[in-house]
Amino acid sequence: MFRAAVQLSVSGVRSLTRSQPGCKALLASRCYSHGKQETDEEFDARWVTYFNKQDIDAWELRKGMNTLIGYDLVPEPKILEAALRACRRLDDLASAIRILEAVKDKSGPHKDIYPYLIQELKPTLDELGIPTPEELGIDKV
Amino acid sequence: MLATRALRLVGKRAISTSVCVRGEHGVAKVENYTLPAYFDRRENPLPDVCYVQTLSPEQVSLKEKEKGAWAGLSDEEKIGLYRISFKQSFAEMTQGSQEWKSVVGGMFFLVGFTGLIVLWQRKYVYGPVPHTFAPEWKEKELQRTLDMKMNPVEGYASKWDYENKQWKK
Repeated sequence: MFRAAVQLSVSGVRSLTRSQPGCKALLASRCYSHGKQETDEEFDARWVTYFNKQDIDAWELRKGMNTLIGYDLVPEPKILEAALRACRRLDDLASAIRILEAVKDKSGPHKDIYPYLIQELKPTLDELGIPTPEELGIDKV
Repeated sequence: MLATRALRLVGKRAISTSVCVRGEHGVAKVENYTLPAYFDRRENPLPDVCYVQTLSPEQVSLKEKEKGAWAGLSDEEKIGLYRISFKQSFAEMTQGSQEWKSVVGGMFFLVGFTGLIVLWQRKYVYGPVPHTFAPEWKEKELQRTLDMKMNPVEGYASKWDYENKQWKK
């Protein structure tokens, strides 16, 4: 009896969708969660825009960096460059050094990420006068 | 009616006086524990507040200097600035500690000490072992178990060879 009921309902649904082809597309689109998947480029651009805000305040810098570090990724050099420049606008050298430490810690066992980041950020670091933790000797106890 | 009005008056009085007593910020004093606190955590690289809250004169001048070009700062000054904002660097906060040794040692000590207490109790607190634990008694008990053919499928009786009067090989 149960089987019959299922068959009946399935055929009922089939006939419903068949009779209204316009409804099918709507149903299909509803199967996914709303909102589209953000691409990596969009993600990077969003964060660069966030840190590039001219009158960014200290709270926004902290919030942005803590959130970014919370994600399962190491930020792209261009995001970090924007963040370091935000530190410069806020006259906060300590946070700039701390960000470098955080991304080094964030790369975990992948030892090649941090040198690449430093290599990419070198012009910015030289321009702003930000020392790497290694130059300051605080990367070791 | 009158009573409720009186009560309300008294209540207002009480509230207004307590507000006055609390003073300072008008309604309630801001307690320290309600303010954001400093934490060194890897997942929160930038804590809510600076580690040093009241700056010494040197630190104030250092903070002033920070507003200029950073390239002009010496390494000591940069570290000084870092230590104003943060207590421990990542290397310091992620280094392992030797605390586990004392924890394990303490555990072993407590377990061993408990064993000593149990031994002492055995000797001085409890009386002698019940007579049912004596070897003769246990032998008789076993004999009776076999005589009664207890547990003939998987237990004692199944392992006893009744014809040869010995344990089955």
